[in-house]
Formats: sequence, structure tokens, C-alpha cells
Amino acid sequence: MENLFKKRQERLELFKSRRIRTNKDLNKKEVPENLIKNCEVCHKNVPYEDMMNNLYVCPNCSHHLKISARERIRQLTDKSTFRELDRNLESSNEDEFPGYTNKLDKSKKSTGLHEAVVTGVGRINTEKIALAVMDSNFMMGSMGQIVGEKITRITEYAMRRKLPLLISCTSGGARMQEGIMSLMQMAKTSAALKKFSDEGGFYISLLTHPTTGGVSASFAMLGDIIISEPNALVGFAGKRVIENTINETLPKEFQRAEFLLEKGFIDMVVDRTEMKKTIYELIMLHKGVSL
Amino acid sequence: MKIKDCEIKIRAWEAEKAALNIDEGQRYDEINKEIIELKKEAYSNLEPWDRVYLARHQDRPKASDYISLIIDNFYELHGDRCYGDDNALIGGIGTFKGIPVTVLAQAKGKTLEENLTRNFGMMNPEGYRKALRLAKEAEKFHRPIINIVDTAGAYPGKGAEERGQAEAIAKCLYEFSNLKTPVISVVISEGGSGGALALSIADRIVMLENAIYSVLSPEGFASILWKDESRAEEASKYMRLTSYDLYEKGIIDHIIKEPAGGAQNGLEYVAAQIAVYIETELKELMQKKDRLLTRERFLKYRKIGMI
Repeated sequence: MENLFKKRQERLELFKSRRIRTNKDLNKKEVPENLIKNCEVCHKNVPYEDMMNNLYVCPNCSHHLKISARERIRQLTDKSTFRELDRNLESSNEDEFPGYTNKLDKSKKSTGLHEAVVTGVGRINTEKIALAVMDSNFMMGSMGQIVGEKITRITEYAMRRKLPLLISCTSGGARMQEGIMSLMQMAKTSAALKKFSDEGGFYISLLTHPTTGGVSASFAMLGDIIISEPNALVGFAGKRVIENTINETLPKEFQRAEFLLEKGFIDMVVDRTEMKKTIYELIMLHKGVSL
Repeated sequence: MKIKDCEIKIRAWEAEKAALNIDEGQRYDEINKEIIELKKEAYSNLEPWDRVYLARHQDRPKASDYISLIIDNFYELHGDRCYGDDNALIGGIGTFKGIPVTVLAQAKGKTLEENLTRNFGMMNPEGYRKALRLAKEAEKFHRPIINIVDTAGAYPGKGAEERGQAEAIAKCLYEFSNLKTPVISVVISEGGSGGALALSIADRIVMLENAIYSVLSPEGFASILWKDESRAEEASKYMRLTSYDLYEKGIIDHIIKEPAGGAQNGLEYVAAQIAVYIETELKELMQKKDRLLTRERFLKYRKIGMI
């Protein structure tokens, strides 16, 4: 009996320490000294600190660098207000797909995340919001069972608590290693969003570079409002596949955010520096509050 | 032995048989026996790749065959009311055993010519929007929907992207999940990626024994994971794409048996089985109230990958 309680105590302490760590991770800004970041588009050297203070947008050419889920949460939510949910859900290699366990472990180590999406609640200019943020550094942000489950859970959470929902998408598509189960996550997340919408929930889909495949063909395209970052690649089929199918080279702007805006599939292209304000104001407008 | 090799061997024997003289009766019997043995061996233990081969067999019955066998008074309806009509999807209304139904069928062609007009069964956004339009119409009159799935995937073309392939598929998943009328999906040969999933949001999903259903075609799968399309056969081993794998995983509700060598060897037999299954299930589904129906459908997908 004593042993049993001891275990519980240990687990409690573990959870506590994890929680503290989360907050620390989120608010900590690591500033490597004298570091210089080379912009991958204009190739200009920019001091790392300048880049960071400019929300990882190149001050020279306004190219939006890829950022991690943690960084995006830091940018979008008020300081120390984010509380993560379902943090400990992890993928398992239940079909024993060769090499999958290794890849998962590698991604976990390199990103410090448990899965390709971080979900939770936070505040945007004190306005409470449920959010899911995907991270493309974790196995290309691919959607497996856990990613689908976490997105569905946060949708249901937002529905229960009557909160607006924001999903920041970035993904290569369905996670091949989980096969059919990952395909079915498209159905699951879409069905959950339909319910959320029928209950009167407000959902903003934020598309970031790149959003393709199964994610684009499910929750990414189902927002009441769909916002994209400039120049983000958004599309269903990969460029290489299309080029092989039609036997011609595609223009550079094909499947980019501005292209989708022109074709009528997204509502607006918003700079990262304006993102928090835009999202906040949209939420307020949907709440029926004058700004 | 691989079914493909086996079929080549059988063809060679058949040719030899045809060339025999009348007085060589003994040899004739021998060949017949050999063929039967070979078939027994080849069809008794099918590898996933054999099923991929059978699912894509050129003689395999297409959606139009099944429609003409199980649906009476079929009226095909056209267009998505936005952009155009997609021939890769046959949509229409007719009666199934006296019950008016809407049929949405992904259609591959039988000949190269037909395939060119049908785009090899690969739908464009207008196809998905047509499907959704007809589904909504069916919902209005509370008419059951029968989906027939047979596609390698949604069409990866330039125009398809420009007209919002992703959005069209997403909207199908979104709306079908809450459609207030019974939906039954039949996977007859190939079901690949989101393009097939868009028509698989149903109260019952049933698959022919040798059909395949997967997150992507084995070629695409190999190309994404190993950057090598030629390893498709190896990929098929890991993909769990056969009807038995999917039944085990609880994705599909029923498997329809095929005669040895595939559905082309007994189209009427297969069609009759499909008809019996749909009839029994429809009777049950049509008695359910809308709320129960949509709730059960939602839970069916909600529980996949639930922890």
C-alpha cells in the first residue's frame, strides 16, 4: 500500500516539474551572443537579435522564416498565459513500420515536442482562445493518429468552453508510416469541426509555410476565416507530382498564398508582425464587440 | 507464386491447348489439370501486391457495370453549378430494389478512349462539388446515398489546384459527416488518398475482397518515403491496404467475397452480394432517426485513433 502512494507522489512531482518546465520554455528567450542569421532569400546577414525581435521576419526583404510551434505560441499569446493540454500524448509504432520509431525519437529530441502539434489555451490581448499550433520540424508536421486526436480534442474543448479556435497549420500531409489510420484523421478532424461550427463556434485557420496534402484537404481549408502568411506554400498535390502529371514546369508563384488569394481560396494574407492584432480584432468582431 | 506470372503461364498453356490435335486428348487433360493446380496455388495465398494487381486488373468490373446491374431507372445528373461537369464521377438517381437512391460513383473507363474522358477515375474539384451538390439534394428528400469508390486519388493537375482541390475534398468530409440521410460506401477496386476518402464518409463502408484502400497509392507511398517509385511492391507489404487488414482495423464493416481470380470472373455473383448487403443495411439505417444516424456516423470516425 505504501508503495502505491509513493508511486502516486512520484507521478505528481513529475507532472509538476513538467508544468514548470513548459512555462519556462515558453517565456525563455535564448539570445546567442554575436550570432548572425543569414536570410535564405535575400542572403543578407542580420544580427540574430534583430531577427528575433522582428518575429523572425527578415527586416531587409520581409521573408518569413519558419518558426517552431513554441515560438509561434510565444508570438501569438500574452506572456505566461498559455496552458498546454494533452501534452503527454505520444505516437506509438503500432504497425511496426520499419524505421518509424527511430524517426519519432529523433524528432522528439530535436524539437523537444512530443508530437507535431501543440494544443492548449491561452490569451490574446486578454481574450481567451483555444489553439493548436503545428510544427514542421517534427516529421514535416505530418498528421498521424495523435495529431488528429489532439486537433479533435482541442476542437471539442473549444466547443465545450465556447471559446474561439485558432489552428496554425503547417504540414506535409498525412503521416505515411501510420497508413490508413492517418488518412482517417482527415475525416475525424473535419467531422469535429463541423460539429463545432454547427454549435456556433468561431474557427480561424492560419496557414503557414508549407501546408499541403491531407491537412490542406481537411481542417486547414475549413476555417470561418482563413488567413495565410505571405508566400506560404499551400496546396493539395505536391509540385513535383503535378509537374510529372502534366509534363510542364510550374511557375514560382504557383500554390503560394498570394496565388490562392487571387483564386479565392483564402480570405487574407497577413504579415506576421500584424498577426496577433488581426486575430484579436477578428475574434472581437465575431463576439459582437465594437473595437 | 505471383498472380501476374501465373496468368502469363496460364495464357501460354491455353495457347498450347488450342494448338493441340484431336488425337492428343491425354495431353489436353494434363494441361487442364495443371491449370487448375496452378490456379489453386496462386489464388489460395495472395500477397498484398497480388491484390494490388487484381484491383487494377484491366478486366475488373467498373462502377458503370454495378450501376447497370443493381440500379433501375437510372438518371444521370450533371454539373457542379459552379464550373463544369466532371466525367470521373457518375452521379444520379434511380431505384434500388424499389427504394429511390442517389448514386455517386467514381468511374474508371474500360477502354483507353473512355478513360481519357473519365480521366482514369481521378476527380477534379468540380467532381467533388458535384458529389456534394447531389448529396445535399438527396438529404433534402431524405433519399439514401450509395457511393462507389474507385480511384487512385484526386487528380494532381494544375487546374485542379487552381480551382481548389483541397477545399473541395475538405468540404466533402465536412458535410458528409453530418448528412441527414443514410450513406453506404462500396469500395470496388482502388481507393487512394483523400480523393477516395471524400466519398467514404458513410454509415457503412463495404469492400470487395480484392479491393485496396490506402493513404496513398503504393507508388506514391514509396516515392515519398524512399524517393523511389519502383519499390511500390515492397511498400504494399507495410501499407495494410487489403480488405482483410482494414476489416481487422475496424475501418470497414464488411468484406464481399470474390470468385477466384477476381470480380471479373463472376460479376453477377459479386453484384448480387453487394445488393443483398446494401438492402439489409439500408433497411436498418432508414429506420433510424436523423439524430441517431448522424451521431453514430460521427462516433464511427471519432473513435479512430482515440486514446
